Amino acid sequence: MRVDFSDDATLVDALRSGDETAFGWLLDRYHAPLRRTARMYVPTDALADDVVQETWVAVVRGIDGFEGRSSLKTWLYRIVMNQARTRGARESRTIPFSSAPGAFTDGAAPTFEPDRFRPADDRTGPDTGGRSLPRLDWEHQPESRLLGAETLALLDDAIRALPPAQREVVALRDVDGWTSAEVCHALGLSETNQRVLLHRGRAKVRSALESYFESSRSQ
Amino acid sequence: MTPPVDDFPCNEFVELVTEYLEGALPPAEVVRLEDHLAICGGCASVLDQFQTVIRLSGRLSESDVGALAPSEREPVMAAFRTWAANRN
Repeated sequence: MRVDFSDDATLVDALRSGDETAFGWLLDRYHAPLRRTARMYVPTDALADDVVQETWVAVVRGIDGFEGRSSLKTWLYRIVMNQARTRGARESRTIPFSSAPGAFTDGAAPTFEPDRFRPADDRTGPDTGGRSLPRLDWEHQPESRLLGAETLALLDDAIRALPPAQREVVALRDVDGWTSAEVCHALGLSETNQRVLLHRGRAKVRSALESYFESSRSQ
Repeated sequence: MTPPVDDFPCNEFVELVTEYLEGALPPAEVVRLEDHLAICGGCASVLDQFQTVIRLSGRLSESDVGALAPSEREPVMAAFRTWAANRN
């Protein structure tokens, strides 16, 4: 019989009693997302593999101490993020994260440069379909192009290139699909700061996709 | 009937997209913003693009599903077994 371990209390009890199916369930469910998370902090796939292996060892050693004040998922991600930050800092000497000074001044560029707007009462130019911002049209890319491997690879790179605090929030919210409450809890952010980081990150990713679609159109 | 007064600048809208999508704006602000969206194709396209970015980002985690290769699974399972065997 397959046991459903999606309830944290059931899962934690089973892990503490040494149930291998419970641990296997946890591995199948979280290994790949945890490795993807780790890979955002470290420069190579091999290092990300090391970080996740260390994470699982830390999980096994720490499961007796898990108090259930956060969900097991949050606890796992906290462990992998801590291990990966430590390792990433050692490898590349970059440390800033959402709780570090500078997180909110890093990359505080406007969503669109001011020269993208024209005065709202300027009716001398061609009708651009907008009040002061011309209509943008890359959402008219064919779906096959939008969802193509090349676009997704570019998107992945754009997220990785974000300042660390924005990258963490965008990855958890938009890639992993966490709620804002989960992200605030896991990263120790206020709702407002979380939204600021999320918006700045999304704005940069949007911009990267725009450049990509525009450069490929003019070819 | 008088046309609605549009007092929502585009450069303000683009900074509020995420707050709008998160439901974090006061209701009166939402009304002003949606009035603007209804007549501004530029801002409507910005909103579409943010939604596309969110949707595509979600696709990046799709390759995560599925069982682990035995070569990845075994060393970690072995650590669990050792821990379970030694804990009593």
